[in-house]
Amino acid sequence: MKTRIIALLLALVALVTVPYWMPGAYYINVTSQILFYAIFALGLNILAGYGGLVSLGHAGLLGISAYAAAYLLHAGFGHPVAIIIALIAGLISMAVYAVLSLRTTGIGFIMITLALGEIIWGLAYRWISITNGDNGINVHSRPMPFGFSLASPTAFYYATLVVFLVCIVIVTIFVRSPLGAALMGTRDQPRRMNALGYHVWAIRFWACMLSGLLTAIAGVLFVYYNQFISPQAVDLTASAEALLMVISGGAGTLLGPIVGAALVVIVKSVVSGFIERWNMLLGAIFVVIVIFMPEGLVPGTARLWRLAWRQFGTSRDDDAAAPSKAGAEQ
Amino acid sequence: MTFWLLLTVNSITFGSLLFLLAAGFSLIFGLMRIPNLTHGSLFMLGAYFGATFVGGMLGMMFNFWVAAVMAALLVAAFGAVIERLLLRRLPGQQMAQVLVTLGISFIVADFCLMVWGGDPVAVATPDTLVGSVRLGPMIFPIYRIAVIGIAVVVAIALWLLLDRTRLGAMIRAGVDDPDMARVVGIRVSRLFTIVFALGAGIAAFAGVIGGPILTVYPGLDQYMLPLALVVVILGGSGSLLGSVVGSLIIGVLYNFGQALLPELAYFVLFLPMVLVLLLRPQGLFGRFIP
Repeated sequence: MKTRIIALLLALVALVTVPYWMPGAYYINVTSQILFYAIFALGLNILAGYGGLVSLGHAGLLGISAYAAAYLLHAGFGHPVAIIIALIAGLISMAVYAVLSLRTTGIGFIMITLALGEIIWGLAYRWISITNGDNGINVHSRPMPFGFSLASPTAFYYATLVVFLVCIVIVTIFVRSPLGAALMGTRDQPRRMNALGYHVWAIRFWACMLSGLLTAIAGVLFVYYNQFISPQAVDLTASAEALLMVISGGAGTLLGPIVGAALVVIVKSVVSGFIERWNMLLGAIFVVIVIFMPEGLVPGTARLWRLAWRQFGTSRDDDAAAPSKAGAEQ
Repeated sequence: MTFWLLLTVNSITFGSLLFLLAAGFSLIFGLMRIPNLTHGSLFMLGAYFGATFVGGMLGMMFNFWVAAVMAALLVAAFGAVIERLLLRRLPGQQMAQVLVTLGISFIVADFCLMVWGGDPVAVATPDTLVGSVRLGPMIFPIYRIAVIGIAVVVAIALWLLLDRTRLGAMIRAGVDDPDMARVVGIRVSRLFTIVFALGAGIAAFAGVIGGPILTVYPGLDQYMLPLALVVVILGGSGSLLGSVVGSLIIGVLYNFGQALLPELAYFVLFLPMVLVLLLRPQGLFGRFIP
């Protein structure tokens, strides 16, 4: 427990001091990206990891919030209005999503969320009067909370970090709450939960809504970070990447989606500068993860660590235990 | 009138291509319960192979049909390897299956980009099917009609395979109840490899056949995969008839939607699937709820 708190504090210090030790603004921007993708992945993880509901259309939800914010800003509304309406739009579409897709679970859920995501992509791509089609929508300014300009990479990084920390706290509280426990119950034993008197559908629905809130927050950060939104942000590849972040890091863990987001963003933006075939590398990484750590990087590493620890520990224990065993046999 | 008729023919042609793609997807999904997200990539890979063989990029030109069969065999072998080495290890683990099939589709897409570059590659229409046929006042491209014919032949062949052979009976038993099929002595795991290779092969064949119509370009995989998915969900997984009906419906909706409601074409395309999932979750002709 003590080591946990120390690790947490170290991570926090590392995150807060990122602008001081990162070599250059580019890497600060990469870290900002990791953070808002991590929020997105945490949101998806609530469904895919804790709820066992694998959504393959989450980028569509992110896109709705991002498009709503971009459209309103483009139409001349202020930042607070745009942000609030974007969040509300994200939640409403998540509710529709949930009502449609929660009729199924398992592969059916994957399929229907994929189809819903594709519908949103199709609208973004073709409904040119609203979305400006393939050209996308530009956003020319960032908000100024309490008078601080977020124009510089460092300022935007700190704003993202604050939002990220708040989101982590929310997710942690949720996971440890009775609702979170009930959600994991519906994942593992839906029928038993039903028999125990839990409203399985309602539990899943509220999990969807929390997931939708985090996704909408990530969408707003996404559009402010890029200052641009186009259909590419909501396509199947984007949804797949989000899911890959969750699964590769470790679905159903708090740290996993963050690690997964870091992995994907780093390969996409940093490694791609050195290796031309980075897409192949990313695909290969996923295949390797499935073969060697099917539960994901974070639980997998923890398992290997424990294994190594036990090996080390037992070899010492054996030396100590051997005489007493011998004594017991006599 | 000509416009409508031409649109209808195009719809059925596109539906035929979708059928070739979706039939394998449906079988794999129905038997193995695996959301095979590499299926679009297998289609694209087949199309690129076909373009290479037909275009003489290997130093010799192959006949179109020989090229199609070669591409199908190559991709079928690739599919069998994927199934044996990777998917075999992950029974019932949907998330791992999604991760690994998406990973492979990333690798295949990048491999195609590396080998064939970013420019679209055209597959030459076979010589015998170039030109058009005149029916009264209408002029139809022969190749598009031929595609319909090919799809019909493949559909009948698949039906005979599934309905009239021992292998087909075993596959049907596996779709209906894999556990019971195992109990009565069917080696379901071997069926998995056969079905996955078969589905991959048909997808690649469809890629070559579709090449002259669609041309082959990076991103074709992500374009085709959702369409195959919709067909299977609409028609019902594991059902050949479902694939036929589903692909015709989607072919018609897609082409008419593009022509009449271009802004909402995708909406029109996916709406019936959402409706079917709501009202009849197993699909129109499905045997089980996914």
